Amino acid sequence: MTLFKTMLSKLGRKTIDSLWTLGVASTFIFRVIARSSIVIRRPNLLVAEMHFAGVLSLVIIIVSGLFVGLVLGLQGYETLKRYGSTGAVGTLVALSLVRELGPVVSALLFASRAGSAITAEIGIMKTTEQLSAMEMMAVDPHARVIAPMFWGGVLSMPLLAAIFSAMGIIGGYLITVVVIGVDSGAFWSQMQASVDFHHDILNGVIKSVVFGTAVSAISVYEGYASVPTAEGVSKAVTRTVVTSALAVLALDFVLTAFMFTGAH
Amino acid sequence: MIKTTDLIQISSLNFSYGESEIFQNLDVGFSAGKVTAIMGGSGSGKTTILKLIGGQVRPQKGRVICDSKVVNHMRHNELFAHRKTIGMLFQFGALFTDLNVFDNVAFPLREQTALPDAAIKDLVLLKLHAVGLRGASKLMPAELSGGMARRVALARAIALDPSLMLYDEPFTGLDPISTAITGNLIRTLNDTLGITSVFVTHDIKASFKVADEVVLLSRGCVTARGKPEDLMESTDPLVQQFVNGEVDGPVPFHVRSRSYREDLALVQSENLK
Repeated sequence: MTLFKTMLSKLGRKTIDSLWTLGVASTFIFRVIARSSIVIRRPNLLVAEMHFAGVLSLVIIIVSGLFVGLVLGLQGYETLKRYGSTGAVGTLVALSLVRELGPVVSALLFASRAGSAITAEIGIMKTTEQLSAMEMMAVDPHARVIAPMFWGGVLSMPLLAAIFSAMGIIGGYLITVVVIGVDSGAFWSQMQASVDFHHDILNGVIKSVVFGTAVSAISVYEGYASVPTAEGVSKAVTRTVVTSALAVLALDFVLTAFMFTGAH
Repeated sequence: MIKTTDLIQISSLNFSYGESEIFQNLDVGFSAGKVTAIMGGSGSGKTTILKLIGGQVRPQKGRVICDSKVVNHMRHNELFAHRKTIGMLFQFGALFTDLNVFDNVAFPLREQTALPDAAIKDLVLLKLHAVGLRGASKLMPAELSGGMARRVALARAIALDPSLMLYDEPFTGLDPISTAITGNLIRTLNDTLGITSVFVTHDIKASFKVADEVVLLSRGCVTARGKPEDLMESTDPLVQQFVNGEVDGPVPFHVRSRSYREDLALVQSENLK
């Protein structure tokens, strides 16, 4: 009975702590959003962060997209061959990418490359008192540092997902049309006929915006809330990657349930 | 401990970090135009006083008045306006590592003023010249020694011509020459700019050379204050222990604990037998 009580008490404490953290994180993000006018007044700050989060993630996004497309093309071709419909491989590759793999995999890569770097940068700025120094110069770090990083991530994510999907389709084309010999006309025409702009592409874009917002919010919060020690920053970076991955997968399930089930 | 003419007046102040109590009914003031050193053992709340003056932390009780304004009642905008009148030198400089020396010093000017680039350039070079580092303007913080980084941070702290300078451990980790340079800069800037300076330190020799007045903190309140020469001659055992760096005394060597015998594992097992 005592053991049960202890376990229940621990569970209660963990739940309260988690809710408390969620509340603190939400307040923090609302504060960042409320002080975001700086990204309009000084777009160069936003451009610098988009370069950091977006342009510097391009290599990993392009290479991964290409390989995912190659694998999808190969697996799709082998499966569709059994039903004699290899011409539909373009549709399979495109739909898989724009609906699911593009937004999800690029968000996971974004969290690992840019999200972890954002957390580490903010965490180290906190550890070395750079954020305090900024505050003492009457410069609000929420506006000057965090808001451009947050919006840089939110805006970069859909662009990276689009590039990932485009590279995946190119990969699929290379393996199925150029290497295996599937008819090029069938590959493109079936893709064009089956992929709907609103239902498929727009929903994919919405997903990537949601993932970008989640990953950026987690990254900036973890950096700002990190314990200002080497160990604290290292733990914060790990939490960013793990929490972002779980958040992306959970959000993907919810969004897919709303977007792609029912009428279609 | 507080005079009505003091620029900074801290009265009836209670402050704690969570369960850990730092100040209990603290009363202390800092004179305008003077250089005041705050001294005390580790954890005595020296840096916390600077944070309270800058409004980075708020007390649970009491008031922090700076230039007739209550800092701990200020709202966001008032607090930022208050901070524009303060320059703060952090313990290890807190330079922005992605900016070079010039851009670090230019940072507050670019953020807080609408001055043209040419004027900012001249002001930055003027501040760097004052700390003897005009020739290092293109270096990155990673290329600076500890003493140079501290001087760049000092140039940045005075960029907006503050009326109050706060220094957090300005001598920590510096060699004797850098310590002397930093001490001299604190004194010279205070006198030539006609400002008020407060610094926290452990360095008796350097601080007694620079300060007009020394405040000694212990156990959450002011234990002694006076001119450096007065403290040197004080007969107070706590002041003597601190000034002479004695290992044991009113501040005990051992942290309060159970008796040594009770703590030892082998003795406990002997007792059980």
